[in-house]
Amino acid sequence: MNFALLSVEIILGLGGLLLLALGLLRPVEAKRLNYGLASVIVLGLIFMAWGQGGIAESQLEGTYLADGISWFFKLLFLLAAGLVLAGSGRYARENFRAVWQFPPLVMLAVLGMIIMASAADLIVVYIGLELMTVAFYILSAYMHEDLRSYEAGLKYLVLGAVSSAVFLLGLSYLYAMTGNTRIADVGQILMITGQPALILALGLVLSGLGFKISSVPFHMWAPDVYHGAPTPVAALLAVASKAAGFAVLMRILVGIFAAYAHLFVPLLAVLAAATTIFGNLVAIPQTNMKRLLAYSSIAQAGYIMVGLVAGNSSGFKGILFYALVYVFANLGAFTILTRVEAEAGSSEIQALSGLAKRSPFMAAAMTVCLLSLAGIPPLAGFVGKWYLFMGAVEAGYLWLALLGLVMSMISVYYYLSVSKVMYIGEEDIKQRLGFSFSEGLVMWACFLLTMAAGIYPAPLVDIASSALKFMGGSI
Amino acid sequence: MKLPLLTITLLTPVVGALLITILPTERKLAIKTTAAIATGISLILSLVILFNYNLKAGGLQMVENIPWIADLGVSYRLGVDGLSLPMLLLTNLIGFSCIFASWRVNERVKEFFVPLLILISGVMGTFITTDLFIFFLFYEVVVIPIYLLIIMFGSSKRVTKEYAGMKLTIYLLIGSALILLGFIWMFVTGHYLTGKYTMDMYELARVGFPAELQVPIFVLLVLGFGTLLSMFPFHAWSPDGYAGAPTAVSMIHAGVLKKIGGYALIRIGIFILPLGAKAIAPYIAVLGLANVIYAALICMRQTDLKYVVGYSSVSHMGYVVIGIAALNLISINGAVMMMFAHGVMAALFFAMVGSVYEKSHTRNIPELGGLAHQMPVTAFGFMLAGLASLGLPGLVTFIGEFTIFVGAFRVYNWIAVLAISGVVFTAVYVLRALGNVLFGPRKAEWDHLQDLKGLELVPLVVLGLAIIIPGMLPASVMDYINSGAGALMTAALNVPPGGGLQ
Repeated sequence: MNFALLSVEIILGLGGLLLLALGLLRPVEAKRLNYGLASVIVLGLIFMAWGQGGIAESQLEGTYLADGISWFFKLLFLLAAGLVLAGSGRYARENFRAVWQFPPLVMLAVLGMIIMASAADLIVVYIGLELMTVAFYILSAYMHEDLRSYEAGLKYLVLGAVSSAVFLLGLSYLYAMTGNTRIADVGQILMITGQPALILALGLVLSGLGFKISSVPFHMWAPDVYHGAPTPVAALLAVASKAAGFAVLMRILVGIFAAYAHLFVPLLAVLAAATTIFGNLVAIPQTNMKRLLAYSSIAQAGYIMVGLVAGNSSGFKGILFYALVYVFANLGAFTILTRVEAEAGSSEIQALSGLAKRSPFMAAAMTVCLLSLAGIPPLAGFVGKWYLFMGAVEAGYLWLALLGLVMSMISVYYYLSVSKVMYIGEEDIKQRLGFSFSEGLVMWACFLLTMAAGIYPAPLVDIASSALKFMGGSI
Repeated sequence: MKLPLLTITLLTPVVGALLITILPTERKLAIKTTAAIATGISLILSLVILFNYNLKAGGLQMVENIPWIADLGVSYRLGVDGLSLPMLLLTNLIGFSCIFASWRVNERVKEFFVPLLILISGVMGTFITTDLFIFFLFYEVVVIPIYLLIIMFGSSKRVTKEYAGMKLTIYLLIGSALILLGFIWMFVTGHYLTGKYTMDMYELARVGFPAELQVPIFVLLVLGFGTLLSMFPFHAWSPDGYAGAPTAVSMIHAGVLKKIGGYALIRIGIFILPLGAKAIAPYIAVLGLANVIYAALICMRQTDLKYVVGYSSVSHMGYVVIGIAALNLISINGAVMMMFAHGVMAALFFAMVGSVYEKSHTRNIPELGGLAHQMPVTAFGFMLAGLASLGLPGLVTFIGEFTIFVGAFRVYNWIAVLAISGVVFTAVYVLRALGNVLFGPRKAEWDHLQDLKGLELVPLVVLGLAIIIPGMLPASVMDYINSGAGALMTAALNVPPGGGLQ
C-alpha cells in the first residue's frame, strides 16, 4: 500500500469537498476564491501526476492500478480540467448563479474519471463511472434558469441512468459466471470456461460504455446535451468523459474478452464505421456550432474505435495519442466558442461571422483546431489518425482505414464552412474581440500544442509509448 | 557543419510569413516587400543549389537527415536530384513572380500574403523531401491555404468562389485520402516484409513489394495523384478552381502544384512500385489521351479567358500523363520537361490574364479586343505564353512535347499519333483567343487601360526568360532531368539509359 501513488486522487477528492464546504461557509469569499483555488490545485496535481510515470503497481488489494495507462489518463483528465477551468472563468461569472460550486464539481467529475481509468476491479470501475456521471448530471443542468440547460441535464440523467444500469447488468453477468470482480481474474476464468452468457455480458457492457463514448447507436443524447449544457461543461464531456469511456473499454476488452476477439471485433468495426459515417454526415447541415462539435465528436469517437478494432500496439498508441491531441483541439475550439458566445449570446455558427476581422488570432486558432479534428497535416490530429489507421491496416481492416480516411476528408467540408463564415462573413459588431489573460493562455496553449504536436510529434509519441509499456495488471 | 541549404530555402518563406504576422496591418508596402524578399531569397538559393549540384556525380545531393518520429522510422530527409531540381526552381520562379503579380492586392494584405508564403513553402517541401511521411505533410499543407485564399480573394463568375474553392479542396482531399491509404499500406507491408519501419522512398523501393500488392497500391496512387494532375475524369475541379482563384493562386496551382501529381507518380509510383506501374500504364495512357482531346474540345467553346487557360492546362497535363504511362526514359524525360515548361507557361498566362482582368474587370473574350493597341507589353506576354502553349519550336514547351511523342510513339503508337492531333486543337483555341483579345480594331472603351510597368513587369521578365532560355538551350534543363530520371528508371525498371521497355 503506497499512499504516495494515491495522492492525486486523495488531494482531488479532499480538495473538491473542501471547496464545497468553503462555499457553504463563506459564500462571498468562495465566489472569488474557488475558481483560483481549483485551478491552482489542478495545476499542481498535473505536475504531481507527471512524476508518477514509469511504474506498474497494483494497490488496495489488487483493485486499483497505478500503471502507464492510469498515469496517461490521469494527466489527460487533469489537463482537460485545467484548461476548462482556466478558459471558463468569465463565462461562469456571467452565466452561473452559483459560481463557487462549479470548480469543485469539475474536480469531483475528474476524480471519477481517474478512478475509472485506474480501476482493476469491476466494482471500482462502476464507482468511478457513477461519480463522474452524477457530477455531470449537475453540471449539464448548471444554468437551471435556462430551459435548454435544464433539458440537457434531464436528458443526460435519464439516458445516463439507463446506460449505467445496462452496464451494471453486464457486470452482474460477469460476476455470475465467474464469482469474481477483479478484471484480471474474470478474464482468466472466462478464458478457460467459455459460457453462452458471455455474449450477453459482452453486449451489455459494450452498450453501457457505448453511451459514454457516444458511439452509434447510443449517440442520441450527445447533440442535445452538448447544445443545452453550459459550453465549458460540453467541452469537458466531449473530451474527458469520452476518454474515460475509452480507457475502461481498453481495460475490459483486453483484460476480460481478449480471448473472444473474434466475437466483438467485427461488431466493433461495424459500429466504428457507422459512428464515423453518421457523425460526419449529420454534422454537415448543422447551423449551431455546439451541435456541429457534438456530431464531430461522435465522428471522433468512431475514429478512436478504429484503434480498438485494430487491437495492436499501433492501434492503442493511436488511441492514447489521439485522445490527448483531441483534448487540445477540441478545448481550443470550445474555448474560442465560449468567448464568442459570452459576447454574442448565441452559439450559432453565424455568431462567428467575420471573426477573422475582429480577432485574427481567434479565427486562425479556431481554424487550426478544427482542421486538427479533421486530421489535416501538419496538425496533431493527423499523426493520431496515422497510428489508428496504420493499426487497422496491420490488423487487416483495410476497408475501415479507407472509410475513415475518406470520411475525415469529407469532414473538412463542414469544418471549413466554419472557417468560411469566420473569414468572409460580415461581422455584426465591428469592434475587436479581446480575451482575458487566462482565456488567452488556454487558446494559445491549444493552438501551439496542436501545431507543435503535429509538426514534431516525437515527444507525445514517446509519452504514449511509455504509457503502453507500463500497462500493468490486467493488461 | 555544412550549411543546411535546402532547409534554409524551404523555410525562408515561412519566416517571411511569421514576420508578416507581426507587422502592423496598415503597413501594406512593408508586408509586400517582406514577401518579395523572402521569395527572392528562396529563388536565389535554389539557383545556387542548381549550380552547386554535381551533375557528373548525379544521385541525391545536399542530403539532410534528422530523425523525426523514431518509432515510425520517419526522418526529416531532404535531398535533391536531377528530377527535383527543375521542380524546385520552377516553384521558386513562380513563387517569386506571383508576389509581384499580386502587388495590387490592397485589401486584407496580411491575410493574403501569409497563406501564400506558407503555400509556396509547402509546394517546395514536396519536391525536396525523400520521406513519404514528410512528403505527405507538405502536400496537405498546401490545400487549406488555397481554400482560404480563394474564398477571400477569388472572383465569382460562372460559379461562385465558395463553390469553386470547396470543389477544389474536396477533390484534392479525397484524392489525398487514397494516397494516404496507399502510403500506409506500403509502410505496413514494408514493415511486414523487412521487419523495419521506414518511410524512406529509397528503402521502400528496395523492399520489392509483391506484384499482387503493387497493382492495388499503384491504383490508389494513380487515383490520388491523378486527381491532383487533373487526369480525366478527375479534372473537374481544375477549370472552376482556377477561374475562382486569385491570380497568384492560379499561377501556383496550375504552375507547380499540379506538377506534384506527376512528380510523385514518377518518384513514388514508378520508382517504388514498378510492377504496378507496368500493369496499369496502358489504362493511364488512354486516360491521358482523353485529357488531351476532351479538354481541348471543351476549350474551343470557352469565352472566359481563365477557363481557356484552365482547360488548356488540363489538356496539356494529358501529355504528361501519356509520357509517364509510356514508362521509358525518353518519355519520362519529356513528361518532366513538359511539367516544367507548362509550369512557367501557365503561370505567365495566368499572370497576364490577371493583369488584364484587374484593369478591365472582365475576362470575357467577346468584350475584349484590340488590346495590343493599348497594352503592347501585355500583348507580348500573352503572345509568348500562347505560342509556348501551342508548342512553337524554340520555346520550352516544344522540347517537352516533342520528347514525349518520341518516347511514347515506341510504346503506344496510336495513342501518340492521336495525341499529336491535340496540338492542332491547341493552336486553334489559343490563336483564336489571342486574336480576339489582342488584335483587331482598337476599342475606345479600353483606352484607359494602362500597360504593365514597373514592378508589374517582374513576372513577365522572370517567366519569359524561363520560357525562352530552356527553349533555346534545352540541355540546360534536360541534362538534370535525364540524370535524375535515368537513375530512378534504371533502379526501378532496369532500363538501360536511353533504352525502352520492349
